[in-house]
Amino acid sequence: MTSWLLLAEAGVPEGGLFDLDATLPLMAVQVVLLTFILNSLFFRPVGRAVEERESFISTSRADAKQKLAQAERLEADLKEQLKDARQQSQKLILEAEQEMDRLYRDALAAATADANASREQARREIDSQRDQAMARLNKDADKLGDLIVTRLLAAS
Amino acid sequence: MPLLLPFAELEVGKHLYWQLGNLKIHGQVFLSSWVVIGALLSLVVVGTRKLERDPRGTQNLLEFVWDYIRDLSREQIGEKAYRDWMPFIGTLFLFIFVSNWGGALVPWKLIHLPSGELGAPTADINTTIALALLVSLAYFYAGLSRKGLRYFEYYVEPTPIMLPFKIVEDFTKPLSLSFRLFGNILADELVVAVLAFLVPLIVPLPAMFLGLFTSAIQALIFATLAAYYIGEAVHEEHH
Repeated sequence: MTSWLLLAEAGVPEGGLFDLDATLPLMAVQVVLLTFILNSLFFRPVGRAVEERESFISTSRADAKQKLAQAERLEADLKEQLKDARQQSQKLILEAEQEMDRLYRDALAAATADANASREQARREIDSQRDQAMARLNKDADKLGDLIVTRLLAAS
Repeated sequence: MPLLLPFAELEVGKHLYWQLGNLKIHGQVFLSSWVVIGALLSLVVVGTRKLERDPRGTQNLLEFVWDYIRDLSREQIGEKAYRDWMPFIGTLFLFIFVSNWGGALVPWKLIHLPSGELGAPTADINTTIALALLVSLAYFYAGLSRKGLRYFEYYVEPTPIMLPFKIVEDFTKPLSLSFRLFGNILADELVVAVLAFLVPLIVPLPAMFLGLFTSAIQALIFATLAAYYIGEAVHEEHH
């Protein structure tokens, strides 16, 4: 190491691997300038783009999560409602069947009673008419018998 | 040189001098560094011209790079301070990476200079020392601006016995940073040049691939160490 230092200091005219000169500070200035240029052209805009995207992704993720939760809540709600409605309809059907049965029985009973009543009445009518007819017949027969007797008596 | 092949000349330690007042600078280093910076800036400008929420094309690449640098600096510097230092770490990484790969991939030898030859800017000790000194300044500034004079507590923690070692560290950090990068890149270029000089076909290819690998690794090492030093300086001891 001393050798090149000595060489450099001994006024070797030009060159050498370890030839330090004004290149060093100028290069440093150049790199510092490059840092500022790259900062404004590259690091800041790209960083902003990446961070915007990251925040966009995280907000849309949160959004989607919220929507999913909402959808799940709605689904559960609707399922509950559906179950309720099924039970309701089951109950309604049962009630309607019972009602129908009752109505059927009622109607049957009413119709039977009606039919019985009208049959009874018809029989009574028939009976009374037969009685009347019988009575008239008897009367006619009596009258005829009387007439015959009268005629016979008159003829004899 | 007995055999003059167009791609296989070997020049070490020759520079293209430019006179700036009474200062001398290495012209070839600046020329190639301008190519590197130009490539970087045009990539960045093309990629960020229209940033969209659904990235496409170059924006994907840039976002990947950005993400990589963010992870690197966040891991080394810590959640609290990494935002301030990410552009610096990222610039170091990108500049060194593009320089190293540019030195390996661009056929510089096609451009003939009156003296010296073009190559990776990081193969010049001036560049690497400049970068390493910037890192030193950066971690001093980071520590002092975050903790004020309490930053110097770091030198006596965990025990005051550490004081001389920590002071020596402040000198060895830039030294090791600059020489590691310089040595690796220069050695890689030399190996490839020597192999190409001896056997111009096929044989240098494995060394070239290895060189690409080394180049990437060196950029990563430099950036990671820079971030680590800054992280060390801003680290808060929890008692």
